[in-house]
Amino acid sequence: MDSNIEEQSSTIKVLPPNKEKIRRLWTIAGILGVITCVEFAIAFLWPDGALKIALFVGLTIVKAFYIVSEFMHLGHEVKVMIWSILLPLIFVIWLILALLIQGDSIFLLKY
Amino acid sequence: MSASTAAVGEESKNIWMGGVSPMNVSYGKLMMWFFLLSDAFTFSALLVAYGTIRFTYMAYEGTADAFAFSQEYWPIPEKVFEAAPFLHGVNLPLVFVGIMTFILIMSSVTMVLAVEAGQRMDKKAVEKWMLWTLLGGIAFLSCQAWEWTHFIVGTDDGSTLTNGTTLFGASLIVNQYGPPAFADFFFFITGFHGFHVFSGVMFNFLIFYWAVVGKFERVGHYEMVEKVGLYWHFVDLVWVFVFTFFYMV
Repeated sequence: MDSNIEEQSSTIKVLPPNKEKIRRLWTIAGILGVITCVEFAIAFLWPDGALKIALFVGLTIVKAFYIVSEFMHLGHEVKVMIWSILLPLIFVIWLILALLIQGDSIFLLKY
Repeated sequence: MSASTAAVGEESKNIWMGGVSPMNVSYGKLMMWFFLLSDAFTFSALLVAYGTIRFTYMAYEGTADAFAFSQEYWPIPEKVFEAAPFLHGVNLPLVFVGIMTFILIMSSVTMVLAVEAGQRMDKKAVEKWMLWTLLGGIAFLSCQAWEWTHFIVGTDDGSTLTNGTTLFGASLIVNQYGPPAFADFFFFITGFHGFHVFSGVMFNFLIFYWAVVGKFERVGHYEMVEKVGLYWHFVDLVWVFVFTFFYMV
């Protein structure tokens, strides 16, 4: 058994780099960089308001999608796997709604 | 995968009855995913709490140019985080945080490249990309150390209160930038994230070390690089959200 493992390790086959995959990874890195620059530009050029915040949130979700789907490879997993990770995040949406309403009420009580 | 898709019909009904892996990932990777899910809840709680408390304070109403620090309203982030190392007194709103974001994204890219190298058993390439990833992580931590120091020490002029005393920098009790909760959230959110980066760097170093001593070649695969890679990308993911909700909004 042991000698078998030894034999395996001495004949490790190194495959050549997957050029196509690597190029795609760099493209995604580029997209993430560009989105960050766009966010930066919006921060200073766009007038303040609800639309500005919506843009930030939207662009953040786009970035999160690329990181989770490509870098973390979740987009290429089985459907059951994808939903097992994504569905529980519904509770976060609930938390956001509940606590922002709460914060608003506290503000009204204070002022 | 091809074996399980070939056996459709009777077998596919019993996919959860054992013998096959319904999620088609290893136990270790699945557990890492569920750990990250729980960690996502923790960070969500911190960021949502930030939003809640911010909503309980007055927002700054005037123009950005006329902004001054006050205990009465929540500060606008671009006026708090506007310094960069070696450029004392130069007004560079959010530039340093932007650089930190790029560093973390880049180290995430080098991590996927290490994973890719591991999948084709390329020991030398794994070592190379893990070193770059380590470098990125350490660079980010160094930036954060500077950022914290600047935040704690404060600006040259500080912030003068209505009773005439001048505040410099920040502690958990009081700070020159705004209500006490502002600095508290800064310390807790970026601190908790920074601690994740720190532990990520430790794990990355372990992976690098194991690659160098040939542990993965003996085991026959580089899956551990993928598992720690998931953790490292998650740290990057959290920073994307911290960047938006703490620094941009």
